[in-house]
Amino acid sequence: MLIDQFPAIVVGVPLVAAALCAIVRNETACWLIALAVAFLSFVGSATMLGQIQEYGVALSYEMGGWAPPAGIELRVDLLSGYLLVLVSLIATAVLIYGRQSVRVEIKESIRGWYYTMYLLCMCGLLGIVITGDAFNAFVFMEISSLSMYTLIALGKDRRALAAAYQYLIMGTIGATMYVIGVGLLFTITGTLNLVDMADRLAPLLDTPAAIAGMAFVVVGLSLKIALFPLHLWLPNAYAFAPSAVTAFLAATATKVSIYLLMRFIYSVFGFGFAIEQTPIPEVVMVLSIAAIFAGSFSAIFQENIKRMLAYSSVAQIGYITLGIALANATGLTGSLVHIFNHAVMKGALFMLVGGIALQIGTVRLSDMAGVGKAMPLTMFGFVLGGFSMLGVPGTVGFVSKWYLAIGALENGWWWVVALLMLSSLLVLAYMGRVIEVAFFRERPEGAPPISEAPKSMLMTAWVFILACIYLGFDTSFTVGVAQQAVDVLMGGAQ
Amino acid sequence: MEGLNELAFVLGGVNHWITVFLIMAGLYIIVSRSNMIKKLVGLSIFQTSVYLLYVSPGKIIGGTAPIISDDFAVYSNPLPHVLILTAIVVGVATLALGLALVVRINEAYGSIEEDEVYSDGDWN
Repeated sequence: MLIDQFPAIVVGVPLVAAALCAIVRNETACWLIALAVAFLSFVGSATMLGQIQEYGVALSYEMGGWAPPAGIELRVDLLSGYLLVLVSLIATAVLIYGRQSVRVEIKESIRGWYYTMYLLCMCGLLGIVITGDAFNAFVFMEISSLSMYTLIALGKDRRALAAAYQYLIMGTIGATMYVIGVGLLFTITGTLNLVDMADRLAPLLDTPAAIAGMAFVVVGLSLKIALFPLHLWLPNAYAFAPSAVTAFLAATATKVSIYLLMRFIYSVFGFGFAIEQTPIPEVVMVLSIAAIFAGSFSAIFQENIKRMLAYSSVAQIGYITLGIALANATGLTGSLVHIFNHAVMKGALFMLVGGIALQIGTVRLSDMAGVGKAMPLTMFGFVLGGFSMLGVPGTVGFVSKWYLAIGALENGWWWVVALLMLSSLLVLAYMGRVIEVAFFRERPEGAPPISEAPKSMLMTAWVFILACIYLGFDTSFTVGVAQQAVDVLMGGAQ
Repeated sequence: MEGLNELAFVLGGVNHWITVFLIMAGLYIIVSRSNMIKKLVGLSIFQTSVYLLYVSPGKIIGGTAPIISDDFAVYSNPLPHVLILTAIVVGVATLALGLALVVRINEAYGSIEEDEVYSDGDWN
């Protein structure tokens, strides 16, 4: 059947298309190729997820016809299908959104290369999610990271170069730590296939090599996730990358690393060991809460709005990892739901900010006075996105915080709930600043007149804003898939 | 005999001691140097430690290359070598991209000293 080939198509076609773009290099042609491929990946991923939900069986594809565990296996189960849909959806949307802003922000001669790198990055991210092989995940991680560094360095500002360099150093340390961890696990188990590794590791879990391997994997991936205090690369990378790249990165890159971390904690080491017998939950709990508060506090004092939203991402990543630290099914559901919800709302906010950057030429808060009057649709969307970040009932932000709060209460940790509420006040502080400047201040006299962002940008952003509200009411997709995935993860059976 | 056991522990894991040394040396260079090229050198040393970590346990003393033949019964594991071939390619690509970025940074800032680049301008 054709659907058996879907796992290979979803990740293979972007790779081939990237090479094609590198040869063609005509801007329009590359954009069309990228859009077609991203959409194809989205349709493929959604079909696979539907299939898995219906039959409850994971799809497995033997790369090159070599059977696992010796061969590389592409494996799609509920969790990876969920992430595949997210990444390919965001990739498609950002391509539609980014056409106009890329034309302004990136020199014509390198726009073909931009789409090449974009496709490679997408291929890498999809690959990390889809592969069932620990070393293959490292290779895909480096494909996505290297193309990401290039994409960030394409930013107009020279600080983009320094930010990309900083990310390259930190990201490579993270990936190398991960591969050291995988090496230790490989040495004691003799396999790289994740399912097989989980089986063979079960009797060896107490050995020092297994524990050291787990520590390396967790720390390495935490660097990629930008878990506080390993987040230093993130604010600069997000702030100085081109607008479209920021929207794509913020919505997908860290999420995929969180997926891989969950895969290792729950599927390879197992809930019974990694969560119940190691200090991972305690450590992650402290770091998550520190991330939520440090990220939100830093966001309040930023002058650059993209940097403000980036610090807010550090805080939101804290919410996602908090769900892991709660160590129960409800908390993990909350964190899976928040992966999707945060991608949707932060993607929308970065898209709107990209539109503002295009029209007024800067992303400094002080230059945004009176923008609310000149760009009412953009700023109204921004307010709704802000509500969602805040967790107002009826938006996606509320749904994920609800599950996290219930998860905390199940453990009797009412103080976590109190901290969650308190952190929402900080969100109000930094989002409120933008709204105050945009709506309640007059545009300085003599400033050039501005209008709404181009339709393609505004519409894509608004689709996501509306999704924030729709998914806040109809949670059957996000919560439904997340709960099923949690059942599989916590059950341990794959 | 106690002393001999300890000696065996130290010598038996000599490949691991070298790996650990390379990891620490690489990380130390990355943290302590502010010159961007030197940082990349540190990064390369750090990545090199992984090659040794993977390749050295794959070798069995007296083992041959994995060729099917009646004459040999003991083979070295070929998989780590293949993996490390990939990792070397990744390392080269990372280094090349890093150096390219440093060239561009030098053009844009006129310096490759991290404290000068990062202190320059308003990073907020």
